[in-house]
Amino acid sequence: MGRPGLAVMDGHGCGFAGELMRRALLIAIPYVWLLALFLVPFFIVLKISLSDVELAIPPYTPTLDLSQGWAGITDFFSQLDFENFVWLTEDDLYWKAYLSSVKIALISTVLTLLVGYPIAYGMARAPTEWRPTLMMLVILPFWTSFLIRVYAWMGILSNEGYLNQILLWLGIISTPLTILNTNTAVYIGIVYTYLPFMILPIYSSLERMDESLIEAAEDLGCSRLKAFWLVTIPLSRPGIIAGCFLVMIPVIGEFVIPSLLGGSGTLMIGKVLWEEFFSNRDWPVASAVAVVLLLILVIPIVLFQRNQQKQTEAGQ
Amino acid sequence: MNTTVFAPWEDPQAKPLIQFQNVTKRFGGFTAIDNLSLDIFEKEFFALLGPSGCGKTTMMRMLAGFEKPSDGHIMLGGQDIDPIPPNKRAVNMMFQSYALFPHLSIWENIAFGLRRDNMPKRDLEDRVEEMLRLTRLEQFARRKPHQISGGQRQRVALARSLAKAPKLLLLDEPLGALDKKLRQDTQFELMDIQEKTGTTFVIVTHDQEEAMTVASRVAVMDQGKLMQVATPDRIYENPNSVYVADFIGDVNIIEGRATANGDETYQVDWAEGQSPLTATSSTGFTNGQSCHLAIRPEKVTISADRPADAINAVQGKVHDIAYLGNLSTYHVELANGTIIKAQSANTRRISRRSFTWEDPVWLSWTATAAVLLAN
Amino acid sequence: MNRLSWFNTVSLTLGFAFLYIPMVILIIYSFNESKLVTVWAGFSTKWYGELAQNEAFLNAAWVTIRVAVFSSTLATILGTAAAYVLVRGGRFFGRTLFSGMIYAPLVMPEVITGLSLLLLFIGIGLDRGILTIVLAHTTFSMCFVSVVVSSRLVTFDKSLEEAALDLGCSPAQAFRLVTLPIIAPAVISGWLLAFTLSLDDLVIASFTSGPSATTLPIKIFSAVRLGVSPEINALSTIMIAVVTVGVIAASLVTKRAMVRQKQDELAAARTE
Repeated sequence: MGRPGLAVMDGHGCGFAGELMRRALLIAIPYVWLLALFLVPFFIVLKISLSDVELAIPPYTPTLDLSQGWAGITDFFSQLDFENFVWLTEDDLYWKAYLSSVKIALISTVLTLLVGYPIAYGMARAPTEWRPTLMMLVILPFWTSFLIRVYAWMGILSNEGYLNQILLWLGIISTPLTILNTNTAVYIGIVYTYLPFMILPIYSSLERMDESLIEAAEDLGCSRLKAFWLVTIPLSRPGIIAGCFLVMIPVIGEFVIPSLLGGSGTLMIGKVLWEEFFSNRDWPVASAVAVVLLLILVIPIVLFQRNQQKQTEAGQ
Repeated sequence: MNTTVFAPWEDPQAKPLIQFQNVTKRFGGFTAIDNLSLDIFEKEFFALLGPSGCGKTTMMRMLAGFEKPSDGHIMLGGQDIDPIPPNKRAVNMMFQSYALFPHLSIWENIAFGLRRDNMPKRDLEDRVEEMLRLTRLEQFARRKPHQISGGQRQRVALARSLAKAPKLLLLDEPLGALDKKLRQDTQFELMDIQEKTGTTFVIVTHDQEEAMTVASRVAVMDQGKLMQVATPDRIYENPNSVYVADFIGDVNIIEGRATANGDETYQVDWAEGQSPLTATSSTGFTNGQSCHLAIRPEKVTISADRPADAINAVQGKVHDIAYLGNLSTYHVELANGTIIKAQSANTRRISRRSFTWEDPVWLSWTATAAVLLAN
Repeated sequence: MNRLSWFNTVSLTLGFAFLYIPMVILIIYSFNESKLVTVWAGFSTKWYGELAQNEAFLNAAWVTIRVAVFSSTLATILGTAAAYVLVRGGRFFGRTLFSGMIYAPLVMPEVITGLSLLLLFIGIGLDRGILTIVLAHTTFSMCFVSVVVSSRLVTFDKSLEEAALDLGCSPAQAFRLVTLPIIAPAVISGWLLAFTLSLDDLVIASFTSGPSATTLPIKIFSAVRLGVSPEINALSTIMIAVVTVGVIAASLVTKRAMVRQKQDELAAARTE
């Protein structure tokens, strides 16, 4: 009571070291977690991709045996080789699967853009009081199970499915179309499930846009269409780029859609990896497939990060 | 001498460039513009002045073509422009936000409108360079809008809207985003450019000083109606209503009843126990009609003794003094509690000031100093 | 604002029809009497009854919910800490690596994340079960939480924290008493996001679960591989209903809070 000033000083001095500790802890806990459960596993994948397959548990060799000291470490490294990667280039299943994944990802990204842009544009031009509702309507499917949304299309696209029923009833076709288990079904599934990822970034860049820019373009002699092409599209470019990356990158490694909607002819690397791992139990080759997939994705991921960074900098 | 004065609105032969003919604009149930008619002449620098929500921006957007009148017509050079879309009008607009295209350079922003007309490359380049010179932006041509200052952006917006040599240039609060000092410099620049190019300018502003400085004529608006359209000096000296008198500058308003007292001269009884005030007016008042006397503070003289020859003189004591540097405004409280403001130039240093708080003083003004208003 | 042009009306109508018709069909046919999902044979709720008797689904659902609750709670704590470090942490060793590890999982194909975590768990001899799924889910969903929370923290007025410090709070107190209450909506939506991500996940759970712990998506996936079944329709309908009610309730709550704040501000302005 008598010397509150001193008490405050003491509290402060004590707290300072404590604060430093707390700050270090605050940084360390999520950091260590991510290192242990995100980064380290990648090195394990890399290591196993350089190992040989073995009929054992775990089904690969060598395993690092530190009890033998230095000899164990050198032994471990001497047994690593690029055999699995050579194998990937020799069996044309793999590079065909990579190519086909990239092709499917590119085509479906363009399709998603074509479907998503008009929706995002319509939302951004809708009356202000509607916009939160429209946003919620776009986000709602995103909260619903991915699996269920893909499953919904199985009933629609199958030979006796609702789409064929309607088309037959309308007399547009006389025999059912085979859509399920083809690449067409995969495209439909991707566009459907990834649409919110395309709409939201484009919407946010369109919504930010100053309406007077369009008026200025019209005032300076543009028709509506011309103003859209010369002003709206260039200004929504960051949103378009972000949306395309958000769709394309995960689609390259997609597994659920090709395995439920695709057929035997649908070759995607995510499915190959899954089968290599669960059916063939060839962990080293599965790991090698993952490493190559990661290498393919590094470039788009870095480009995506740059685009995001540029946008946040422009925002500030 | 009178022949050199630019005043086409006084010439019955002159053809107006723009005519609003009984224009009404409604947004849902809200009437933004209420049966308004107005003529604007070629080469005018015309200001639409009013508080926010008075309809001035709607007027401008109708001229640019972004809004269509609900009733009535707008004529440009004798032609009804209602059906013409904004991109086909020989009218350009300088936006309040400037609306510079952030993805294009300054050069490309200025060239934007010219490219729409498919102007030949050489002519286009010449025109853009000319505009850059006019607005002193040559060294910024390659920059993007976010790489230049606010004042420079304002000049780019001006250059871009002038590049197409429009018959009419609309300026929506063009200086609103600039700070006071820059705004004053830019006002003179705008007048200079308007004179050089001979373009008709219509400016929208809520800043009365700005309107008074730049405009050849000012229209004071309120609630979708024109309150008064006149030259700046007439608006100030001869407001036609209490609203206009009060909106432009500082004013003392005294309510009373008018009684005729000779030719165009009236006596105003305004308070119990106070002698009536005398004012001249060319508009007629019936005896006993209620009226408002508007007197600008700088037309009120403050003195220690009653001036011998003053027609209007009242006594009070100094209630407050606002020192503005070059001027001082004295708030003088009269015996009945009314406060009247008087302004005097500080020709002496402040220590020599003749009046201070609570000093008894006399206020006086001439018969022609005050304006007698019906409402 | 301006009314919608016909083009925008058409594109919005078609777009939302595309988004919702498949789910509406799914829901309608969950009330179908017939075993054949694509043929309507009258209204019935029998598939819901059968679902309620299906031990395997119920067990899987229970596992899924436990995993989701644990992992989303852990992910919210870690993700909020990570966001705070990213936005307010200043410079520290390995900051670029840290932010890279936060953003990379957002776009990382699930097969890679799943495979790498499985190999880690086997490498350190951890038995696969609920624990491993929780660890896996926490890892990828904490990144989503941290993105959601940091976007709120960026717009957070730093002077509020400084005022708290000025008035005698320690940084920890300032965070607890000032920052946390203000960013709470973002933290809550981060938790909800982590929760649904965990509920949804098939691929990572498939890699990291053992025979002792099967989650609902794994169960659904193996059932769905054999084709459409009315029971799955019924299950999907329940899940869609839960999510819809949750999202609408959440948006109503935030909307009410906003409306109330507006009213309070208006009332306050009137008393002036």
